[in-house]
Amino acid sequence: MSSKKISPLERQYIVLTQQGLPLCAKPYHWLAEQLDISVEQTLAMTNDLKARGIIRRVAAVPNHYKLGYKFNGMTTWDVNDDQAMEFGEKVGQLPFVSHCYLRPRHLPQWNFNLFAMVHGRSESEIAQYQQQIKQLLSDVLQSHQGPTNDVLTSTRILKKTGLRLRVNSK
Amino acid sequence: MDQLDKQLINLLQKGLPVCEQPFAQVAMELGSTENIVLARLQLMLDSGLLTRFGPMFDAACWGGDFTLAAMEVPEERFEEVNQIVNSFEQIAHNYQRTHRLNMWFVIGTETAEEIFEVIENIQQKTGLTVFNMPKEHEFFVGLYLPV
Repeated sequence: MSSKKISPLERQYIVLTQQGLPLCAKPYHWLAEQLDISVEQTLAMTNDLKARGIIRRVAAVPNHYKLGYKFNGMTTWDVNDDQAMEFGEKVGQLPFVSHCYLRPRHLPQWNFNLFAMVHGRSESEIAQYQQQIKQLLSDVLQSHQGPTNDVLTSTRILKKTGLRLRVNSK
Repeated sequence: MDQLDKQLINLLQKGLPVCEQPFAQVAMELGSTENIVLARLQLMLDSGLLTRFGPMFDAACWGGDFTLAAMEVPEERFEEVNQIVNSFEQIAHNYQRTHRLNMWFVIGTETAEEIFEVIENIQQKTGLTVFNMPKEHEFFVGLYLPV
């Protein structure tokens, strides 16, 4: 999980851009200047970071609340272990799923191993997405000792500082 | 929001081309101009419709480790436990959720061992069990909200 090693220059790249790039015609020129390397090198570095999966993509991040997506649900599923990889892949490809992971169970308190976060503009939309996933998983759902699935909605944000690379550490 | 704004939001969520003038290329695709695209995006940043644009990093590149953890907190102890959990700087997000396991938080640390230290500390300070649920496999990460 922590195998993605980065060089000191790449670390500097992350520190400079984790809050975003400036909105201008040539954002990589600004970044090249900050890093004291050429624009070509900066673009090559960006492509390399993408190829290694360190950068997922260079994109705009909307405020989903302002776009009308005010509802989300963490859907959780008890999927047969032998088929969890295959069906996790399928759930991850649904357009309304933003995060999809396989995680360990903690029996008897927690029997779900597949997590899929869904986003919608209404509670009924969330319920509808849950149904769609349920249909997709119908043959591989099981019940260890609890229900086969659940949807957990967040009732309150208790903390949201995010993961940030510290400027001075290391 | 007009048609161009919507097209920009949809296109830019999926990703910008990596090149010297990415917005010129986007403008070409949408039959607009670089200046118009930049002006529209600035307005959307100013109004808070867009929060930022730039590289989206995989948190694994932070060189440390992170995990999702959950606790069953008795209702009457919720605020007290919340304060204890949030007092750890390694807690990046924390949400109250509708389940018997009603507190869900992300722990991000510089080293893998630190995860277990934080969990152990929280368990000692609260007397409650922390259920550690690190990802075993990632199938998909990416939020796309079409408008």
